[in-house]
Amino acid sequence: MKFVDEFRNPELAQVLSREIAQLCEPNRHYKIMEVCGGHTHTIYRYGVQDHLPENIELVHGPGCPVCVIPMGRVDDGIAIAERDNVILTCFGDMMRVPGGRGSFLEANARGTDIRMVYSPLDALRIARDNPDRQVVFYAIGFETTAPSTALTILRAEAEGIDNFSVFCNHVTIIPAIKAILDSPDLRLDAFIGPGHVSTVIGCRPYEWISRDFGLPLVCAGFEPLDLLQSVYMIMKQFTEGRAEVENQYSRVVSYDGNPVALKVLANVFALRPFFEWRGLGSIAHSALQVAPKFAKYDAELRFEIPGVRVADPKACQCGEVLKGVLKPWECKVFGTACTPETPIGTCMVSSEGACAAYYNFGQYAKQRLTLEVLS
Amino acid sequence: MCLAIPGQLVSFLPGNGDQLALVDVVGVKRKINIGLMDDVKLEIGDYVLIHVGFAMSKVDEKEAAEALSMLELMGQAFTDELRAVAESSIE
Repeated sequence: MKFVDEFRNPELAQVLSREIAQLCEPNRHYKIMEVCGGHTHTIYRYGVQDHLPENIELVHGPGCPVCVIPMGRVDDGIAIAERDNVILTCFGDMMRVPGGRGSFLEANARGTDIRMVYSPLDALRIARDNPDRQVVFYAIGFETTAPSTALTILRAEAEGIDNFSVFCNHVTIIPAIKAILDSPDLRLDAFIGPGHVSTVIGCRPYEWISRDFGLPLVCAGFEPLDLLQSVYMIMKQFTEGRAEVENQYSRVVSYDGNPVALKVLANVFALRPFFEWRGLGSIAHSALQVAPKFAKYDAELRFEIPGVRVADPKACQCGEVLKGVLKPWECKVFGTACTPETPIGTCMVSSEGACAAYYNFGQYAKQRLTLEVLS
Repeated sequence: MCLAIPGQLVSFLPGNGDQLALVDVVGVKRKINIGLMDDVKLEIGDYVLIHVGFAMSKVDEKEAAEALSMLELMGQAFTDELRAVAESSIE
């Protein structure tokens, strides 16, 4: 564990914390949005906020793929699974996401065959093993996950597996950031850019944020010190009057991304004109659909999809949490009617969701950091 | 599902478009797809970050150790992910 120590070194954390404080203008309030749900998890897990001055506020963004799936798309998945002879497959996180007609788990109790898979290639194996049945992969995720689905479609084609199709719910991060910046609800000062998404898209697609909005963005790793260092880099940009895209996570993320993954994405998918995001509403060009030349693998063409828009439950404020307008604990049902065991909204379902992260770790963050880092 | 698990390359597997490799994930050997790493020179013993059965990026030993330790601290989410990996069978 000799390698790991330096990423959790409490002395280094204190040094960074002090330097960040020195860069703060005392009368200014800084709102920095971490876009990625993985970062939200680290922030609560280690109480990163406790190491920042009071006038730096970390705001949680929409980067949790499960959280942004609207109720109607869950119902669409159930409608596909209810067709004769269909096996629907999805990542484990999706099973408990509530739709208008309940979750996938509840649908299975009524007789559907919805199976959890680790990889889209597992879905393809199920199709290979069950040639008499239609196997559909319920694809979710940002640019991190979409290339895997794309390669799986190419494999299905190469092997001539015709009973496999994809119900595509892949979303792209850039239009979501744009929607947040265009929204009047929130004024942000800077972004902590996502880690794994950026391994695919690189840092270049964020440059308009600095250029057109004058805001710094720093792509960050997932260790608590990565996040502190990213905040430091952002504050440094403020004091030096710069607004740039910087890469704190260069040990994994290259500025140009993964060219093979980008090529596969461009080959297999096309941009949807519109896609509805939970909380953010309909956003233009913000999601992927299977490209026309791979139409035979598009579940939306193979099956009749209800495509009905279902409003979120009135009590649920996931939308406001996803936009960074509300903190998890400010939601009226947080921790009472809505818990990880009985989630009303998506943010409480996934471990990357802001509500689940805060519910599990938030209250104890300070205590845990002290205990774990020092032990 | 958003977790990236480090694995060490054990061998390259022929067939299937030469996209498969055997990796050691937390002491267990698993098949993964390396089709997204076509422009990266991969050698036996290298570490990669694996996301939903696909190698996403090559990392050094230090980054792999760090990523693993981070995952171990995630508790249940990581246990669930490892169980999912164990049940996965990629071809």
